[in-house]
Amino acid sequence: MTNAIPAGPAGAAAIEVVHLVKQYKTTRAVDDVSFAIARGSITGLLGGNGAGKTTTIAMIMGLVLPTSGTVTVLGHPMPAGSAEVLGRMNFESPYVDMPMRLTVRQNLTVFGRLYAVEHLKDRIAQLADDLDLNEFLDRPNGKLSAGQKTRVALAKALINQPELLLLDEPTASLDPDTADWVRAHLEAYRRARGATILLASHNMLEVERLCDRVIILKRGRIEEDDSPEAIMTRYSRDTLEQVFLDVARRRGQGNPQTSPDGSSPDTKGRPHQTASRETMP
Amino acid sequence: MSELAVHHGISPRRVGAMILRYWYVLRSSWPRLLELMYWPVLQVVTWGFLQTYIAQNANFFARAGGTLIGAVILWDILFRGQLGFSISFLEEMWARNLGNLMMSPLKPIEFLIALMVMSLIRLVIGVVPMVGLALVLFHFNIFNVGLPLIAFFCNLIFTSWAVGIFVSGLVLRNGLGAEGIVWTLMFALMPLACVYYPVRVLPLWLQHISWALPPTYVFEGMRALLIDGTFRTDLMLTALTVNAALLVASFAAFLALLRSAKRHGSLLGGGE
Repeated sequence: MTNAIPAGPAGAAAIEVVHLVKQYKTTRAVDDVSFAIARGSITGLLGGNGAGKTTTIAMIMGLVLPTSGTVTVLGHPMPAGSAEVLGRMNFESPYVDMPMRLTVRQNLTVFGRLYAVEHLKDRIAQLADDLDLNEFLDRPNGKLSAGQKTRVALAKALINQPELLLLDEPTASLDPDTADWVRAHLEAYRRARGATILLASHNMLEVERLCDRVIILKRGRIEEDDSPEAIMTRYSRDTLEQVFLDVARRRGQGNPQTSPDGSSPDTKGRPHQTASRETMP
Repeated sequence: MSELAVHHGISPRRVGAMILRYWYVLRSSWPRLLELMYWPVLQVVTWGFLQTYIAQNANFFARAGGTLIGAVILWDILFRGQLGFSISFLEEMWARNLGNLMMSPLKPIEFLIALMVMSLIRLVIGVVPMVGLALVLFHFNIFNVGLPLIAFFCNLIFTSWAVGIFVSGLVLRNGLGAEGIVWTLMFALMPLACVYYPVRVLPLWLQHISWALPPTYVFEGMRALLIDGTFRTDLMLTALTVNAALLVASFAAFLALLRSAKRHGSLLGGGE
């Protein structure tokens, strides 16, 4: 559970987002979103297409500037403090590719140098072993299968052993076996490094398995923010997928247990948007 | 990609990483290498024969031997320098790799320095065969120009980088829909920079615009050298000053366009 996970030694959240808004002309992609993510936790960002997941992650990464609100990553305001934190974080997203003509080894060499990775050859060899890349390490990225490309993208995301990992659909287009294998690797990485992971996914089983905490977005706003178990209990559902469908199909109604001010309480009876922030010491 | 952050210093290692990335692409693709040489060679052969024909039939051009071939070679330095810069940038757009770079510790200034180095490398690959052909076929040795060639080259390459930085910013902001500008913008300068004719040919009002472009000083300087045997230091120093202003302005424009791209979410797409 997120609530049980202590913050890192610095006592600050890995990510803190306050009243974040992104307005594109007539569309409000993200609408007054606030949350804080404890160091060492895995948090899932859920929501239908256009719910604001990717835009939220992009604002955390500094790829998109917020219309209003603030983002703090590893104790530094974004994007002003990006020089301080970009080397300590990494990401994987279906919106970007690795250069197709470069071999896997060349790609990892280039990114390893960009991230100033020490003993780069050893690190690439280690990643190749861990992620089973050896068979196609010297093959151009463009000639790999979708599953192989995903593993290479994950290797790039882990090349600098990041403290913070942002993943957008990390197992999309993978067969169940490979997807399961990737999840196991992410869990192992989090355990070994105490890293913080924020992942956006449409795979509810993945989120149930990996995440200490789930934030469900709908039309740019936070609908739910709690542990998977607490949310399922609140909706009297057995799976997150059922909860997701309930949230998606709810039209203009309040949450299942609505407090007088219209916000849904978490399991401790606090309004959901502030509850997560209060978990941070 | 942290926006300015110059106070953290420029990392030669990150610049080197980007040069390595483009070198890997270049050496993995023989059509790319061939294309670098193809157009310059075609240009010099066409214009070289034209110059030979004119020289046989007109006293002035006989006296001004080499101005056309010289102009072609210098124009190609300007044009290929910008293309070399911009194509390396476009490689990132085509590969949908820009997001990876933007999220890395690479700074815009390091990215741009790597693109400048790549423009030099691509230029050498393209222009060396061209210069060799001019020597073999038309007995025109551009190196006979001597030290002034360095001043010509530096001014042209600085202009090409300034234009390259600006158009890269436009593509960053507007996506690959703006790719056409990369290939065509420099041609808009061609008539105004007076590549093949002196500035005095232009109407007076156009001459003012022409003198605002650094390449104009270079081409006038080349003609002064080849026709009158005079090296115009004043022209080169003025060109250098205008180039410095252009480079600062283009870098500022690049940062502004990058910021605008982040405001509009353009970096998430990169397509049309």
